[in-house]
Amino acid sequence: MKALLIRGGRVIDPAGGRDEPRDVLLRDGKIAAIENPGKIKAPDAEVFNAKGLVVAPGLIDIHVHLREPGQGYKETIATGTAAAAAGGFTTVCAMPNTVPVNDAPEITRWMQAPERGASIRVLPIAAATRGSMGEALTDYAALKEAGAIAVTDDGKPILGDAIMLETLRAAAPLGLPVIQHAEDTRLTGGGSMNAGALAFRLGLRGMPVEAESSLVERDIALLRQVRGAHLHVAHLSTRKALDAVRAARKQGLHVTCEVTPHHFALTEERIGLYDTNAKMNPPLRAESDRAAMIEGILDGTVDAIATDHAPHATHEKEQEFERAPNGITGLEIALGLAMQVLHVRHKMPLARVLALLSSRPAEALGLKGLGGLAVGSAANVVVFDPAEKWVFRAAESRSKSKNTPFDGWELQGRVRLTVSEGRIAYRR
Amino acid sequence: MTQQEDREEMALTRATVRKPPQKLSSPSFFNLPIHPGSAISAKDFSAAEVRRILESADALEKENPMRRANRLAKRRVALLFYESSTRTRTSFELAAKALGADTTLVSSLSSSIEKGESLKDTGITLKALGAECIILRSPYSGAPYLLARATGLPVLNAGDGMAEHPSQALLDLRTILQFLGIRSSAVTEKTLRGVTVTICGDILHSRVARSNALLLPQLGAKVMLCGPRELLPEYAAGMGPGIVVERDFEAALRQSKIVMMLRIQAERLAGLQVDLDDYRSRYQASAERIVKHAPKALIMHPGPIIRGLEITAEVADGLQSGIAQQVHNGVPIRMALLERALRGDKARKGGGR
Repeated sequence: MKALLIRGGRVIDPAGGRDEPRDVLLRDGKIAAIENPGKIKAPDAEVFNAKGLVVAPGLIDIHVHLREPGQGYKETIATGTAAAAAGGFTTVCAMPNTVPVNDAPEITRWMQAPERGASIRVLPIAAATRGSMGEALTDYAALKEAGAIAVTDDGKPILGDAIMLETLRAAAPLGLPVIQHAEDTRLTGGGSMNAGALAFRLGLRGMPVEAESSLVERDIALLRQVRGAHLHVAHLSTRKALDAVRAARKQGLHVTCEVTPHHFALTEERIGLYDTNAKMNPPLRAESDRAAMIEGILDGTVDAIATDHAPHATHEKEQEFERAPNGITGLEIALGLAMQVLHVRHKMPLARVLALLSSRPAEALGLKGLGGLAVGSAANVVVFDPAEKWVFRAAESRSKSKNTPFDGWELQGRVRLTVSEGRIAYRR
Repeated sequence: MTQQEDREEMALTRATVRKPPQKLSSPSFFNLPIHPGSAISAKDFSAAEVRRILESADALEKENPMRRANRLAKRRVALLFYESSTRTRTSFELAAKALGADTTLVSSLSSSIEKGESLKDTGITLKALGAECIILRSPYSGAPYLLARATGLPVLNAGDGMAEHPSQALLDLRTILQFLGIRSSAVTEKTLRGVTVTICGDILHSRVARSNALLLPQLGAKVMLCGPRELLPEYAAGMGPGIVVERDFEAALRQSKIVMMLRIQAERLAGLQVDLDDYRSRYQASAERIVKHAPKALIMHPGPIIRGLEITAEVADGLQSGIAQQVHNGVPIRMALLERALRGDKARKGGGR
């Protein structure tokens, strides 16, 4: 592996509090040196000219669906991580709703095997219950040993109080976060979009905000009963649920949460005339909820921006709205959307935007040694042009699927180089 | 080469591969155009458009049947029905035949739909067989847009899920105007100013209610939605201008010149429990109630009627009932919609007569 000298960039490392012009030398898969411009002498290294560009920790997406094993027609670990690398990510956490469900160490290991052809690091999140059926716990210790970094039944929320309590109790001593897709499915049956006047007009059954907030509130109540447990709320989308997280955190409870780019960038209006590329779960909400996501991001309540990258084949999305599956792709545009909406529109400092995509998600899920640019740590680096405006074209996506509501969107901030553990995973 | 080195080699190769060549840009499926001859949502009809349709319905109704049968002679119209229907299907079929078109009925129980064929593929198949216009009834809201995008053909919405039933709203409007003695040519956005139309019953599941609530205010009417909370959420009033919610049926009756009753759609209740005795006592259009609170109003119902539940036989068959007239108006309105859907194309192809 050839050494790489990233020269002349603006190095932003939120975890290390660094924001200054520096050269960065990557050698043997590690960050070998970060020095004043021109100081590093490495004649053997390939040089990447980063003048005018930002050099930051490789981005971390703690919520993606890579569809393998079992649904390779939607995405494979190879194509999903290629898309991730193009989006500046060097680490993705893969959800367990695969076929079969990732509820056993063999599957967890299979996902991380070199044969999968991942171009960046894949950290599996294992199922909290067998088959994600919400009945019997999986073997958390064995799953952790195999590489799982958290447990969840994502998409099939753990509704039973007793089983959720059991989950928190089993995960706590192992230091595993319990991730909940907060949706009381008893309140969302048959629903395909946010409940309200728009759903009413479109003749679509609605999913009320209370379906999310009530389960977050229930989970927080259970969390109080388990010392050392950690609840992570996936893809939070409502003001009510965000308020519950904020209040719980003030009381010292270990609750973290993530928000997707689409929930801070779009509202339910994007559905237009039944565009299934605007159908996902949780659904796009009303403007007041979208605004609340921005507030939560700006005030620090939100720990991470996560894409909930959920690829689906064209024929699955070209169906009647109520029949089409939930989910959209998101890996290649997360940075561009975060830059466009948070940095440009809401004036959030660049370092804080980047923290939400690197150091803070790493901290939220306890991913040691990731999300920063410390010398000696793994050479996970993204280099991007913070000023470049570009138009996202779904047809050119590296993902196997093209289901996105952002086709044709103008974004700001474009990835130029992604280095995963010293290897160039993406360059343009 | 070790596996590790192999991987690195691959990673580097992948990295040096140039950006894939630009693909021919085709609009994404959801940006494909909807044929302008389609009739999918009542909110798409301006007052002027409504007037043209009503005038066309009047003219077609009066026209000599032999002459009329030349209008769409041998044009191919497909009726694609994923749900059962009596009135709508029959009147669309009669309307198409009255204009001379060839019709074919495809229903979910006697076609490849049963084998799992998608709506998109069914539409493409019908088009390849020569269909020039498709009349669709679907249990899924928004399905007509999917069909219109997939085929590029004019699509007439004969009812989609809980969303819309625009031809019903137009024939209801024709019935209302006949009752009020207003000529089609007089229709403007002010025509129904001062007229309150109550729509009572299972609003939540009713595509007829939605299409009427979106259409009538375009002509100046006030639409008063009435029903219990579980069948009429408060935010229903937010779906468009000119719509209010009134829980007290008798209060609504006292303000209304027009009263539309709806049936409770048992097939769409999805586990919802409705106390039918309580429902009758509060919302039934009974003779006593109508005589007392709305003795001069026109009583309408899109059918099918559940006699004895939302409406009594005395009211349904009584002098104030416009129910049979509504059904009668189905054919002229649907003739007008079919002609509107197909005549433009003919002109564009240079085959207009």
